[in-house]
Amino acid sequence: MIVELTVNGEPVTARVNHPGSLLDLLRDDLGLPGSKSACEQGECGSCSVILDGALVCSCLVLAADAHGSAVTTVEGISEPGALHPVQEAMHRAGAVQCGFCTPGIVVAAADLFAVNPHPTATEIKEALAGNICRCTGYGAIVRALEGAEIVADR
Amino acid sequence: MMKLRFASPEMLVDINEIPDLDYHRVDDDGTIRVGAVCRHADLERSSLLDTRQPTMAAAAPLVADPIVRMRGTLVGSVCHADPQGDWASVMTALDASIIAQGPNGRRSIAVRDFVLGPFQNALAFDEIAVEAVVPTPRGMPAGGYLKLERRVGDYATVGVAVAIDRVGSQVGRAGIALTAVGPATIAADAAAQKLTGRPLTADNIGEAAELAAEAAQPKSDHRGSADFKRQMVRVFTSRILTGLLRSEEEAA
Repeated sequence: MIVELTVNGEPVTARVNHPGSLLDLLRDDLGLPGSKSACEQGECGSCSVILDGALVCSCLVLAADAHGSAVTTVEGISEPGALHPVQEAMHRAGAVQCGFCTPGIVVAAADLFAVNPHPTATEIKEALAGNICRCTGYGAIVRALEGAEIVADR
Repeated sequence: MMKLRFASPEMLVDINEIPDLDYHRVDDDGTIRVGAVCRHADLERSSLLDTRQPTMAAAAPLVADPIVRMRGTLVGSVCHADPQGDWASVMTALDASIIAQGPNGRRSIAVRDFVLGPFQNALAFDEIAVEAVVPTPRGMPAGGYLKLERRVGDYATVGVAVAIDRVGSQVGRAGIALTAVGPATIAADAAAQKLTGRPLTADNIGEAAELAAEAAQPKSDHRGSADFKRQMVRVFTSRILTGLLRSEEEAA
């Protein structure tokens, strides 16, 4: 079937011939590799995107199901050439190790700050509970985001 | 089933687009209805459940992790029939039913008969589950859900759902069900029976906790030994009921 959706503000059309996920569509068909493909079971959060205003694992959304939706990926989380305040805070604090989980963390944290501009450490941990960092670099991530002057919109 | 690579269907029908299935509401008689597309996150944020159905309110924030709760649904979780699923236990403790709809109309199936085994439910091939129905409480509903997990978002090592309806100082109805300690959700009926028709006391709480532990059929695995899991069923059953007894005493 033909899937029409908006990705990072741009209307796109893609032909989906397989029961592929939104993640496959983004990475393989639309050339947006920022969302990572890891567990493909909704366990790790490395494929987090914002779908019609809701933070979701794009590996658990069928591409066909995204027809008519608006998707924001990590590539579209900030203005071109600029960092999102969450990215700025993580960059400044060095809250990145291997970097594989970072795009998912950035999207999930941006989603949190959009609704809660001053989250506590507990609220940050709860919001990021679906994002696994295999380097176990959680401490730096939470410290980077806690108390950060982050005014986010999406 | 697709994400686990257990199923690879040739054709899929997306029920997300069927209008008006995303509700949850309380009828005038206290019956709670949850539509097939109502998300876990909707239940977690619900202002209805806190007062009208405390066992569901306790379970909603413990399902999976926040990202999964945005998409997953209560009815879907019950249909998935994973022995480690939280909602099937909560619904079993509440004597809830699933409404199935097919070409010949609708039928109601008690959740305890609906969940047949790991990843198997009682739906016919031409039916879909459209609604979960929690029956009218026979008194003031009280209860809780506790879950042991290795980390947030992991499947339950052990989960216990307790739902009682209070009539004056007596327990008018009780339901207890167990998550992740058997090949399917377990209804601990003998344990619930111990509580029915009398006031909650430390003694019958102890007896119920013992019977719930006996009803468990845990296996030793990487999440813990069978003995440990059985002990946690005992602890959680007792902890929920003792909390209810304490709040009852404080209110008196």
